Amino acid sequence: MSLRGRTAIAGFSELPTRRTYPGRNTFSLLAEAARGAIRDAGLRQAAIDGLICSGVMPMSLAEHLRLKLRYTAAMTVQGAGPAGSIVTAAAAIHAGLANYVLCVFGESLQDAPWPVRATTAEWEAPYGPVIAANGDYGLIKQRHMFEFGTTQEQFAKCAVDERLNAAENEHAVWAGRPISIEDVLGSRFTNDPLHLLESVMPCSGAAAVIVTSAERARSLPNPPVYVLGAGGPATSHHSIWQEDRITTSPVVMSAPTALETAQCSVRDIEFAQFYDPYTILVMMTLEDAGICPKGEIGSFYEDTDTTYKGEFPINTDGGQIGAGQPGDAGGLRHVVEAARQIMGRAGVRQVERNDLCLVNGNGGFASVEATLVLGSGATL
Amino acid sequence: MTSEYAKPLPAPADPELTAPFWEAAKRHELLIPRCARCDAYFWYPRPACPSCLREGWEWTPVSGKARLHTFTIVRQPASPSFAEDTPYVYAVVQLEEGPRMISNVIDADPLTEVEVDMHLEVTFDDVTDEWTLVKWRPAA
Repeated sequence: MSLRGRTAIAGFSELPTRRTYPGRNTFSLLAEAARGAIRDAGLRQAAIDGLICSGVMPMSLAEHLRLKLRYTAAMTVQGAGPAGSIVTAAAAIHAGLANYVLCVFGESLQDAPWPVRATTAEWEAPYGPVIAANGDYGLIKQRHMFEFGTTQEQFAKCAVDERLNAAENEHAVWAGRPISIEDVLGSRFTNDPLHLLESVMPCSGAAAVIVTSAERARSLPNPPVYVLGAGGPATSHHSIWQEDRITTSPVVMSAPTALETAQCSVRDIEFAQFYDPYTILVMMTLEDAGICPKGEIGSFYEDTDTTYKGEFPINTDGGQIGAGQPGDAGGLRHVVEAARQIMGRAGVRQVERNDLCLVNGNGGFASVEATLVLGSGATL
Repeated sequence: MTSEYAKPLPAPADPELTAPFWEAAKRHELLIPRCARCDAYFWYPRPACPSCLREGWEWTPVSGKARLHTFTIVRQPASPSFAEDTPYVYAVVQLEEGPRMISNVIDADPLTEVEVDMHLEVTFDDVTDEWTLVKWRPAA
C-alpha cells in the first residue's frame, strides 16, 4: 500500500536563525521549537506519541519535554535527517506505530558538536584537509566545472537568488541584505574554486514539524500538507572521493523513489526547497532530481528566476546560504518553508503556484539524501 | 629537521591491516590492495574486498601513474600546522589502475600549473624518520 497522501504535516515552528543564542543550549532551543509546533498544529502535548530528532538522544528530549512516546527514532545522517524524519514519520504513522510524530532538529553553537566517526582519517589527515566541509564541496565544484563547463557566474546566480529570498525573511541571518553576482565573485576563496558568499554560515536555531495521518490532519486547524512521495535517506558513501561519480549524488536514488510514490512527474513540480550548504550541492542535486538534464544546471540558473517571484522558485526562505545553518534545523527549514508555502502562510514571499513542492535534504558531502514530494489538498 | 615535523602523521586505526602500505612507502614503493578472487584493485584497505566482500586480497605494486580527478586549493586548513604551506593542493588522484586516493600535488604552482585531468606520477615525501607520505607531481 502506497504512502501517497496517507499522512500530512499538520503544523510547524521555527526559531529565528541567529549566530548564537547566548546562555541557551540545544535542548532549550529544541524545546521551544517543539512547543511551537505542537501549538501550531492545534494539539496538546499529551497527543504526541512519536519523536524523531538528531544530535540528542530521543529519551533525553522526551524527558525534557515530559512526553510519553510509543515510537522514537534518532537520525544520524546529518542534514538529510530532517527530510529523512518525514519519510520515517510517514512510514511509522502509516504502519500504525504512532499517531502524532514530532520531528525536531536544531543546535546551539555553545554546545560541543556531535562526534562523527569517519572511516578515512588515516588517509586524509596527513594531507591537510580544508576546515569544515568546504574542502569536499570544493572538490565537487571543481569537477563539475571541468565536466560540464559550469561557470563561476552561474554558481553565483544561485547564491544571489537565495539571498534575495532571504532579504524578505525576518528569520534569516541575512534578512534585508541582498547581494549581487559581483559581490559573490569578489568574495574571497575559502578554498578555490569555492567563494565565501556561496557557502553557509554556521548558526544556532531550531525547527519542528508535526506529522500525523491524513485523516487526523483534516480535523486540525491548518490546511494539511500531504506527504505524497518519500524517498531515502539514500546513500552509498561518506567520503566524496569514494563515490564513483563525484558530480552525482544519491538523489538519483531518493528522488525517483519519492516521485514514484507520489505518482507524479518531476515536470509537475511547481517549486523546490533543496538543501544548500554550498551552491554546488543545491545545483547538482536539482540535476540529479531531474529538474534539468545532468550538467545543465548552470544554464538553468542563468535562464531562470528562482526567487519567490520567479517562474521556478527555489529555497524561498533564503535557504541556508541566505538564512544560515542552525545545525540540522537547516535541513528542517526546507520542510517548514515548503509547508508554509503550501498552507499559504508565506506572506510577502508567497509563491503563486504553491500546490506541489519537491524537498531534498543532504548529509555529509553529497553522501546521503532524502527527498519528499509535498502537496496541498488539490493534489490528492 | 624531521623531528620538527608538526603536521598530523598517519594514525592507523588497524595497524596490522595497513602497516604493509606504510612500510612500502618508506621503501618508496606504492602498493595497493587487489582482490585475489575478483581481481579488483581498491582503496582504502578494508579487511574484505569491497567488490565481492571476500577476504584474501593481496598488497600489489602499481604503476605510480595517475590523473588528477579533482582538487581544491587550501587556504584554511583544518589543522593550523599546515598554515605555512598555504596555498597548497588537496587532491583526489585517480590511479591508472582505477582506485582514487586523497593526496597532495607538489612541485607545481597551485594557482597556475595544476588542472583537472593532468597526468601525475608518484613521489615519496620522507616527512620523518618513521613516516613517508605518498604524494604526486606532474608527470615528466
